[in-house]
Amino acid sequence: MTTGTAPPPVTEHDERLRKVGRLSRLLSRPELGAVVGAVLVYLFFAVIAFDNNFVSWGSLSSILNAAAPLGILSAAVAMLMIAGEFDLSIGSIVGFAGMTIMVLVTSPDQGGFGWTLWPAILVALVFALAIGWFNGILVVTTKLPSFIVTLGTLFIFRGLTIALTRTITNRTQLGGLDEVSGYDLAQKVFASSITIGGGRFSIAILWWVLLVVVSTWVLLKMTWGNWIFGVGGDPNAARNVGVPVDKVRIALFMTTAFSAWLVAVIQAVQFTGADTLRGTGQEFQAIIAAVVGGTLLTGGYGSAVGAAFGAFIFAMVKQGIRITGVDGDWFQVFVGAVLVIAVIFNNYIRQKAVKK
Amino acid sequence: MTTTTAPAPLLEIDNISKYFGSVIALKDVSMFVRPGEVTCLLGDNGAGKSTLIKVLSGVHQPDEGTYRFEGAEMNLSSPRDALEYGIATVYQDLAMIPLMSVWRNFFLGSEPTKGFGPFKRFDAEYAKRTTKDELGKMGIDIRDPDQAVGTLSGGERQSVAIARAVHFGAKVLILDEPTAALGVKQAGVVLRYVVQAKQRGIGVIFITHNPHHAYPVGDHFVILKRGQVYGDYTKDELPLEQLIQMMAGGADLEALQHELERAAEEGDQAAENAAAGLEEEVEKLDELTEQRSEDGE
Repeated sequence: MTTGTAPPPVTEHDERLRKVGRLSRLLSRPELGAVVGAVLVYLFFAVIAFDNNFVSWGSLSSILNAAAPLGILSAAVAMLMIAGEFDLSIGSIVGFAGMTIMVLVTSPDQGGFGWTLWPAILVALVFALAIGWFNGILVVTTKLPSFIVTLGTLFIFRGLTIALTRTITNRTQLGGLDEVSGYDLAQKVFASSITIGGGRFSIAILWWVLLVVVSTWVLLKMTWGNWIFGVGGDPNAARNVGVPVDKVRIALFMTTAFSAWLVAVIQAVQFTGADTLRGTGQEFQAIIAAVVGGTLLTGGYGSAVGAAFGAFIFAMVKQGIRITGVDGDWFQVFVGAVLVIAVIFNNYIRQKAVKK
Repeated sequence: MTTTTAPAPLLEIDNISKYFGSVIALKDVSMFVRPGEVTCLLGDNGAGKSTLIKVLSGVHQPDEGTYRFEGAEMNLSSPRDALEYGIATVYQDLAMIPLMSVWRNFFLGSEPTKGFGPFKRFDAEYAKRTTKDELGKMGIDIRDPDQAVGTLSGGERQSVAIARAVHFGAKVLILDEPTAALGVKQAGVVLRYVVQAKQRGIGVIFITHNPHHAYPVGDHFVILKRGQVYGDYTKDELPLEQLIQMMAGGADLEALQHELERAAEEGDQAAENAAAGLEEEVEKLDELTEQRSEDGE
């Protein structure tokens, strides 16, 4: 310090900074594993199922159509998981919201309320957000793991869906939505499709893309995104610097509930009806998609784009197995294996990112 | 003790007590910190340091006593409340989020924004530039604000946390054992920033159980013991040796020393006895061999 040597010349470039190539910058992105995985899985089926027309517009459209609902859920689930929480109840919320719409629009002589479609959709949204809020409040006030709390609400709301629907309408399936006033507009907004090169692409894909774009914007560009990463990384540290940790958590539970409502509406309009069991198991599929997409189970790391690719992989495996004529029973084996491989790969990538 | 020329205390607590059920965590604790000074709060484990920090930073509300900031009496309801007055606390291990980049950490909870309505967003360029500048001002040369905090050393992390508190206008900086988990060199780095903060006119409350870290930077030493103030000294009243002695518990240490000495003496005695016994044995053996040889002949 006190020696007479001149200070080093001030340069714009820090000499200790190695030029990091585009490639290794890319390697530290959470979604990388899922993008590479998606390409590999696509190539795999493109080779083994080439004769079954895997590489075609028709096949691509059925993959994307199947991936869309899962992708919508997993974008919201990824954000919640980045904040370090789980929501196992979304499958039940899909069922609850769908049945709410159907019970409200079913005519009174069949035990319903005879509403028009749009008010019913709006009421279902209010119910879904209320359930999300309830999940959030329960988690932040009891301080129990959200895994347990939402495991409870999974059963509560599935049970309520079945019990209330049967009590009110004496049935477990309700149909005939296309005869309800307001259906034509809803059909355009939630269930229309365009045909490109022989593939029928559903508008749900557009909703999916929109949700991923908004989620990514929130996560990377907004103050809220910084809070979400902070809450998942270390809730105490985040709270100490003034992040409203509980507010963030509750808002994210309401976001996952919102995504469940959107899926419920899309499916109810598309199938012109709903079933009390709709959405069963989708909570796990959404978590799998998020994890395959690079989101850490422990929170603090992940991306909505990755979750989208996770959902894409999931749907691709399903489609590939279906058209190659392999027994569908093997699907779960594949999904489980892909999940484990993805987690191993993600851990490896993350360690490289943190200790480079 | 207070001279007329010294500036008024920035933060002052007077006869603070805190109870948890039947446990008396703090009893009649008084201390203060002036702007541009470092008050060291020393105490062994269980002395009540943690409780006192939590009272100072607004996590706990005291059951008795007064809390004054800039001369005005106040009741802090939360850490956020304290932060708004400019009372910032840097916790030992809860300061930073490892998986987030330095600039995201730096502005976490106080993000600068640009744009309007739905396009109101976190101003990343400003955040990166400011992080690098602010750290530079504290003498911390960060390589890349994009790197994850997890890649920084422990000392660097603490330093970034201190720089952050200073940037956001802290008037009082409460440092909870910032050097506890650090090596000698790293602790030195952190201590330098403590002095930097002090030179900027911030009142620093430096909590530690290491007198060697406290003494070089402190102006004022408060020693806590069993929830009470055991001593309150300025630097010129207290040589380092005495501070160490008090930290270790003074009388307790002496007692321990006596005990060890006695044990050593007893040990010596035992060794002497053993040696004597051995000599006797050897003599007996000698006699025996002599007898044998005599018998043999």
